[in-house]
Amino acid sequence: MTLLLATFYQILQMLLVLALAPLLTGWVRLVKARLVGRRGPSMAQPYRDLLRLLRKEVVLARNASWLFRAVPYMMFTAIWLAAGLVPVFTTQLALAPTADLIALIALLGSARFFLALAGMDTGTSFGGIGSSREMMIAALAEPAMLMIVFSVAILVRSTSLAEIADFMLSGAVGLRISLALALIALVMVAIAENARIPIDNPATHLELTMVHEAMVLEYSGRHLALVEAASMLKMLLYMALIACVFAPWGMATAGSGVAAALGGVAVFVAKLAVGGTLLALFETSIAKMRVFRVGEFLGGALLLSLLGAIFLYVSRGV
Amino acid sequence: MSDLGYDVAHMLGAVVLLMSFALLYQRRLFSLLNVFTMQALALTATAAWQAYSHGEPHLYITALLTLVLKAILIPVALHRIVVKMKIHRTIEPALGIGLTMVAGVSLVTLSILLVLPVTADATALTRENLALSLSVVLLGLLMMISRRNAVSQVVGFMSIENGLILAAVGVAGMPLVVEMSVAFSVMVAFIIFGIFLFHIRERFDTLDMQKIESFRGESD
Repeated sequence: MTLLLATFYQILQMLLVLALAPLLTGWVRLVKARLVGRRGPSMAQPYRDLLRLLRKEVVLARNASWLFRAVPYMMFTAIWLAAGLVPVFTTQLALAPTADLIALIALLGSARFFLALAGMDTGTSFGGIGSSREMMIAALAEPAMLMIVFSVAILVRSTSLAEIADFMLSGAVGLRISLALALIALVMVAIAENARIPIDNPATHLELTMVHEAMVLEYSGRHLALVEAASMLKMLLYMALIACVFAPWGMATAGSGVAAALGGVAVFVAKLAVGGTLLALFETSIAKMRVFRVGEFLGGALLLSLLGAIFLYVSRGV
Repeated sequence: MSDLGYDVAHMLGAVVLLMSFALLYQRRLFSLLNVFTMQALALTATAAWQAYSHGEPHLYITALLTLVLKAILIPVALHRIVVKMKIHRTIEPALGIGLTMVAGVSLVTLSILLVLPVTADATALTRENLALSLSVVLLGLLMMISRRNAVSQVVGFMSIENGLILAAVGVAGMPLVVEMSVAFSVMVAFIIFGIFLFHIRERFDTLDMQKIESFRGESD
């Protein structure tokens, strides 16, 4: 019975993240538009864009290999699976025993690896630029992410996301320097990974700065739809991850009823709305950074996460 | 279980340390002064929280002194100096931001390694507080070394003093006289710094320490 419920929750979660991801993107765009004094498109616009792309014909470069065609599917699957692993409304999930932070990073890393390969596959100069920049960002963002995982894992004594959420919910750990540093570092990594404004701006095609857009320039039709959906899912994933580790309140735990799980869904939607608003506020108040300062920004994130891990050794109760 | 008094004190101390890192990260003088103000505000909050949670009313005076001197008076005065000398657009990393940050983290590690064995039998709060304030002091020193401009060296000096106050409010039983004297000596030092800055400027036409170093007293 428990297993059945867990499986049901797992399927529900997979569908929920898929359904909510474009909505989150639409919400961030709407809030940003309102903040700069425009009306902005409706929140349903990303859904319409995706459907339009799905209906369109795929145009392939003549020298595109099988890899180029396979990557959107691989990337979408990996990121969708990763998003399904993060507990968003309940910790009672069928995949919870495998929902490990390190597995999550591996899934995201392989998605990025394939996208960078695809960027270089057609042999255009833009794709190469995008891939090389993406790898530069990844080389700094991933160690930072791993350091964050290690600090949290030392504190909780587990890398399983469900256990981390349960531990944080139990209130056994108070405010910690390490957690605060890890949170700031995670937000910085999330901004860089999702190509948000100080690092990259996917809404423009400015060759001096584009990273993500440069890699996917050659995609069209349903391939592009999958790539876009994957990046929307990734943004949702990072918000869910931050919410799961640092603010798991309102989440249902094992043993609580269906009503608690439904409440968890509502709370999760509210968290996304708040997160999206904060992101939009941050993005409208800051200017785009030069590509060569990205290293400093992410180096800062890496150092902060390192400091977080170091401070674990002076704080109480490790 | 963790208690709130410890946790909040701990977080505020971390904010002060984080602001030290933010100081190292800044390139522009105005943003440097803004971050310095924020550090002073965080320090004020720390002192006030300690006064409240430990029931030591004299720490409120420390908080008030910090607020008035460090968060209002000195930033405003430095701001006016920067405007008056027309150096507000100066971008002056002497050592490269990334390298400075790496050095900063190494210093924090060093201070933790130093504090851990010395305070093996002290409470966690004291240990952390000492580690945090020693880090802030060392980062202030790093700031003074790694910057060329005299104004940012002054800011580095002031942040060293922030670290000292952080240590003072964390350790129970620090007499008020000591804190007062520290605060006022910093005030005096600041005034002297201000006068010096104008004199250096008048004599050498610059506040860049690298240019001043080449003078050996035989100027015309």
